[in-house]
Amino acid sequence: MSKNEWPLWEVFIRSKQGLSHKHVGSLRAADAQMAVENARDVYTRRSEGISIWVIESKDVYASDPTEADALFEPADSKVYRHPTFYDVPDGISHM
Amino acid sequence: MKDFDTAELERKFQEKIDKDIKIEPKDWMPDDYRQTLIRQISQHAHSEIVGMLPEGNWITRAPNLRRKAVLLAKVQDEAGHGLYLYSATETLGADREQTIDDLHSGKAKYSSIFNYPTVSWADMGAIGWLVDGAAIMNQVPLCRCSYGPYARAMVRVCKEESFHQRQGFEIMMQLAGGTPEQKAMAQDALNRFWWPSLMMFGPNDAESKHTAQSVKWKIKRHTNDELRQQFVDVTVPQAEMIGLTIPDKDLKFNAETGKYSYGEIDWTEFWEVVKGNGPCNKERVDARRKAKENGEWVREAANAFAQKRALKKSA
Ligand SMILES: [Fe+2]
Ligand SMILES: [Fe+2]
Repeated sequence: MSKNEWPLWEVFIRSKQGLSHKHVGSLRAADAQMAVENARDVYTRRSEGISIWVIESKDVYASDPTEADALFEPADSKVYRHPTFYDVPDGISHM
Repeated sequence: MKDFDTAELERKFQEKIDKDIKIEPKDWMPDDYRQTLIRQISQHAHSEIVGMLPEGNWITRAPNLRRKAVLLAKVQDEAGHGLYLYSATETLGADREQTIDDLHSGKAKYSSIFNYPTVSWADMGAIGWLVDGAAIMNQVPLCRCSYGPYARAMVRVCKEESFHQRQGFEIMMQLAGGTPEQKAMAQDALNRFWWPSLMMFGPNDAESKHTAQSVKWKIKRHTNDELRQQFVDVTVPQAEMIGLTIPDKDLKFNAETGKYSYGEIDWTEFWEVVKGNGPCNKERVDARRKAKENGEWVREAANAFAQKRALKKSA
């Protein structure tokens, strides 16, 4: 492995106006601008995008999958956050 | 820190697989699963990249501008496929440059089909129709592979492949319906690419050492022979339709099963090509190695430029 290997970038594409950017994969490039240019060729050859974000992979801080249960448990136990938790009597509409 | 029990982790892992829950990069996975995927995905990536060479050979000699534009777009797609797949191997902790160096040193393999020469324009037809056709058969089930990044890359690849096969079939169809010389060219290409295309599915099930474990891990969904049979069954009628003859005197349709039985594959030839003794093995790997060496200064310059730009920005 040489020290000349370009850094790894994560690529996010907005497929059309009104939608958020979505992760599509990664690629190697010397800098951010080249990463955007390469992403254009690698991930949008068939008009899959109108906007590209790139971020160096080493800058992504991710949650730990082994701690996912503990991390997301608070949401699991709060069923009253969902409308289906409540009984609405027959005859009540628009609610 | 919890004391992780490997057997328990393995049991939970297999449970996820059985429930069709995808495995993602940071999830725990058995080391063999990781190594199997790195080997398979990098081999797949190398095949996409080396696969550009036999077709790249004809870009400057395409018979007209339309064919040239199409072939160029197809070869560019193959480069893209290689890149999606290299990035998938990196999610497993493989280093991209090391992966590529393994191809160049001969440690890593790629699909043997690309070790056959492309001697006429009709070969562009045969490759698109048969080789991309066989690749599609292999790749469609991989879209449901248990490893998330590989499955997602394959979805993208499969979307792009169908144009590859159609443009190849179109070339063959046009040649087959042309002058006697053109038809002979198409038949000759079919004769040379038919058997190597059947070999693309790999050894017979009885000889295939990785299949059982890969099926259990849902990396593979069908065996080599199942996929090969499927390929023969769909391709033979296509050849008949355009008036070409499959070069197999033992080919027979079985009305009861609705399947074709076909002749014995020359496995000696297959293993010789895998071992590096095919007609173009050396040429292909040399071309890739040279591409890397000749691009070294470009990569260096791009790095130097990026550093300079970063310095300017921080100043
Ligand atoms: Fe491909
Ligand atoms: Fe293809």
